[in-house]
Amino acid sequence: MHSVSMTVNNMVVSGDIEGRTLLVEFLRETLRLTGTHVGCDTSQCGACTVHVNGLSVKSCAMFAFQAEGTEVTTIEGVADGDKLHPMQEAFRTNHGLQCGFCTPGMVMTALALVNENPELTETDVRIGLEGNLCRCTGYQNIVKSILDGAKALRSQT
Amino acid sequence: MYDFTFHKPTKLDEAIALLKDADDGQAMAGGQTLIPVMKQRLTMPSDVIDLAGIKELQLISISSGIISIGAMVSHAVVARSHEIQSAIPALADLAGMIGDPHVRNRGTIGGAISNNDPAADYPAAVVGLNATIKTNKREIKADDFFLDIFETALEDNELVIEVNFPVPVAANYKKFPNPASRYALVGVMVSRGIDGVRVAVTGAGPSVFRALKMEAALNQSFAPQALEGLNIANDSLNTDLHASADYRAHLINVLTRRAVTAIA
Ligand SMILES: Cc1cc2nc3c(=O)[nH]c(=O)nc-3n(C[C@H](O)[C@H](O)[C@H](O)COP(=O)(O)OP(=O)(O)OC[C@H]3O[C@@H](n4cnc5c(N)ncnc54)[C@H](O)[C@@H]3O)c2cc1C
Ligand code: FES
Ligand code: FES
Repeated sequence: MHSVSMTVNNMVVSGDIEGRTLLVEFLRETLRLTGTHVGCDTSQCGACTVHVNGLSVKSCAMFAFQAEGTEVTTIEGVADGDKLHPMQEAFRTNHGLQCGFCTPGMVMTALALVNENPELTETDVRIGLEGNLCRCTGYQNIVKSILDGAKALRSQT
Repeated sequence: MYDFTFHKPTKLDEAIALLKDADDGQAMAGGQTLIPVMKQRLTMPSDVIDLAGIKELQLISISSGIISIGAMVSHAVVARSHEIQSAIPALADLAGMIGDPHVRNRGTIGGAISNNDPAADYPAAVVGLNATIKTNKREIKADDFFLDIFETALEDNELVIEVNFPVPVAANYKKFPNPASRYALVGVMVSRGIDGVRVAVTGAGPSVFRALKMEAALNQSFAPQALEGLNIANDSLNTDLHASADYRAHLINVLTRRAVTAIA
């Protein structure tokens, strides 16, 4: 066991872990941030998507030690207290989720896509969701949610 | 996955010393292939040496008609690089077609070519653009680098440092992605450079290869019509649940013609 330390949702955290500990295991099991989900554990579904230094990554395909010293953001770090983030609110109002299992990964992916291109189009969203699977919604409402969330974020600034 | 000792050197020499000293050391780039393979226990290194702390592997530079891309440069950075977009747009396009945004943020050119997945995109760029691979031991020509399925010319304790791409007159990459995995069912890089035309095909055989007859025809006349009826012998191509060898042979011709049309 060795000590790892990083900043998660603006808080400096550390823990003693094995070399093989995945970032998603560190988040869920050590830090008890269980909003980040594991859908496949084989890099296919994107339910485990978090941001590392502002970039979206699949946290089941990264060792916790690779995130040493970085800034990690998970779904728990997105809302402002009890007030949902505009992107979360857009998923709620557009019925962008059913069971909700894929949603944390969808929202984190959406935020990364909008960061990169605030004016993104429907095609950009569909291409950008290549790494995220949803077994319930058929994607239509997820795409609507992201476009709506992007619009809300544009009007905020 | 079995446990291992994690190392994060900041110098290349240090990384190579760690690899040499380990019982069974393995270099790691973004881990996009290595971590899944370790989960399956197909590889069980005693030591994992993360290359992400080594600054000199992160650089992109352009000088005298050569673009150098450090081994640890991610697909996302190549896709977004203005320098690469203007010098070799086909290369930036190819990087932007790999996998999905999350994989592109972590996956690297060094990891992609060292792994030599038969359906990976970068091998088509390296061979199709006649790049040279610089390692800690030597320089390897693209034509000598990719040997067979998941096999390259890299020796033990040999690491890719950078890949040097000569800027072609024009180039284009056409990919038919496997709709599930996004890897290339077939991908074709066509380039026109000072040494003539190159046509490199990935996804179709055990490893990337050049379509020499097509190159010869295109050197005669650089037009899609020159490729009429020129099919790769399908006994050298893959058949799997995604596509038959015949289908792949057909795709090679179609994609090559499309790439030529885009350039001509
Ligand atoms: C869901 C998914 C979809 C993908 N889709 C595509 C696709 O469409 N097209 C495509 O081309 N690829 C695709 N990939 C592969 C991906 O783009 C990565 O390039 C590839 O997985 C290599 O990852 P990496 O760079 O993190 O290397 P790692 O996984 O860290 O390493 C791979 C291998 O290379 C060795 N290695 C790494 N760096 C060096 C070096 N500098 N010198 C010597 N050896 C080295 C390692 O020891 C290891 O054996 C996909 C991957 C995933 C998970
Ligand atoms: S759990 Fe990470 S991609 Fe599915
Ligand atoms: S809402 Fe159920 S998997 Fe997406």
